[in-house]
Amino acid sequence: MSNPQQLRYSKEHEWLSAVEDGVATIGITEHAANALGDIVYVQLPEVGDTVTAGETCGELESTKSVSDLYAPVTGEVVAANQDVVDDPSLVNSAPFEGGWLFKVRLAGEPDDLLTADEYTAFTAG
Amino acid sequence: MSTAPRLTALDALHRSLGATMTDFAGWDMPLRYGSERDEHNAVRTKAGLFDLSHMGEITVTGPQAVELLDHALVGNISTVGTGRARYTMICQEDGGILDDLIVYRLGEPEAPEYMVVANASNAQIVLDALVARSEGFDAEVRDDRDAYALLAVQGPESPGILKAITDADLDGLKYYAGLPGTVAGVPALIARTGYTGEDGFELFLKPEHAEGVWKALTEAGEGVGLIPCGLSCRDTLRLEAGMPLYGHELTTALTPFDAGLGRVVKFEKTTNEGRFVGREALEKAAERAESAPPRKLVGLIAEGRRVPRAGFSVVANGQVIGEVTSGAPSPTLGKPIAMAYVDAEFAAPGTEGVGVDIRGAHEPYEVVALPFYKRQK
Repeated sequence: MSNPQQLRYSKEHEWLSAVEDGVATIGITEHAANALGDIVYVQLPEVGDTVTAGETCGELESTKSVSDLYAPVTGEVVAANQDVVDDPSLVNSAPFEGGWLFKVRLAGEPDDLLTADEYTAFTAG
Repeated sequence: MSTAPRLTALDALHRSLGATMTDFAGWDMPLRYGSERDEHNAVRTKAGLFDLSHMGEITVTGPQAVELLDHALVGNISTVGTGRARYTMICQEDGGILDDLIVYRLGEPEAPEYMVVANASNAQIVLDALVARSEGFDAEVRDDRDAYALLAVQGPESPGILKAITDADLDGLKYYAGLPGTVAGVPALIARTGYTGEDGFELFLKPEHAEGVWKALTEAGEGVGLIPCGLSCRDTLRLEAGMPLYGHELTTALTPFDAGLGRVVKFEKTTNEGRFVGREALEKAAERAESAPPRKLVGLIAEGRRVPRAGFSVVANGQVIGEVTSGAPSPTLGKPIAMAYVDAEFAAPGTEGVGVDIRGAHEPYEVVALPFYKRQK
């Protein structure tokens, strides 16, 4: 399992892409997807919603459990990935690519986001 | 639990296969090796290999072994023939279910030996109850939990896979029978039982033989799609097959009649003049079930995609009418399913307006008869 270097990570196991034109893409890490097991249902925030860093904005349901989806940053949701709503297994098969969850126009970000190496060390603990 | 988890004889092997492990009733058990959905589908269409060594084996021997079992359990154990198995239950004096069990009759016809297999979570409770109830009987109750490893091969390809590594007459082995034989060169008790809704076998072995037999089965199943399977898919398989799980559909708060399993209680037993633990309470429970069943176990199929979980309320017209006991996404049906106890008036298949309260939202559900899935014989 390798965590892409160009992404940043939260301790709630979300990843955040590099910001382009003020917008970042958000998903959950491969580590989180593996821990959940087969994901069967994804509830995402809607376009136009405001999400707040560290607060819940959706849920991920797997065979065994339900987990809250946390926003790693604060901002307005500008896109939600309908593909993962239709086929939640994408989160398991391609968590860093086709399994992305939503895009946010950043209004602010916490100062404790991790680099790939820091996140790798964090999850190895 | 502050004690270290118990490890099965296959622990190192599970880890080498990359299993995600979980604590189950004090044992470290494989939850899944890869995708639980793939494991579930393998059992339905090909074959799956399980380590079930956490199950609790208790051996009962002696001249009055059968009298003891007829006294201690609700079933009619004296009618179990040599080489056969019986699904039964052990109840409290008040009729509450202590555990559901499989009892195997082994040994020679003139000197029967019974193996009682209890759920891992109840093994100690069942052992203690059998020891206590053995007082006054010329019979011995032995804790054999450490004497056995238990492997299961389940699924339509399982007879062919097992045939490749045993000389035992599997064609002559009926459902719910067990016979001693040799598997991959080592002695085993081969039983045709299971908890998946598929044809399959459970193999009781010496722990030191478990790894060799696991590898032999893996090799024999390689060409036909056998994969190792964990407890996660075991749960979805048994749920689709409408099979109860202790702690969910069965508890001490329920009698077998409340659980829709009154058929396992045999009032017609003649051993010990028909007396057995719980008889009086169970007779009353049987009458109650006839006249006014309080709640009934039904199946529920989701119309949406959110999964009901144990403990969630079943609702109709804004009122709570029952409770979910088990719920999961069903790989076979492609929708979330659940077992639930609901008020009798809402228990008929097709009852309109029934939902489950999922974190505050009332999601619509279809009431169906159990099981959700039945294999084509």
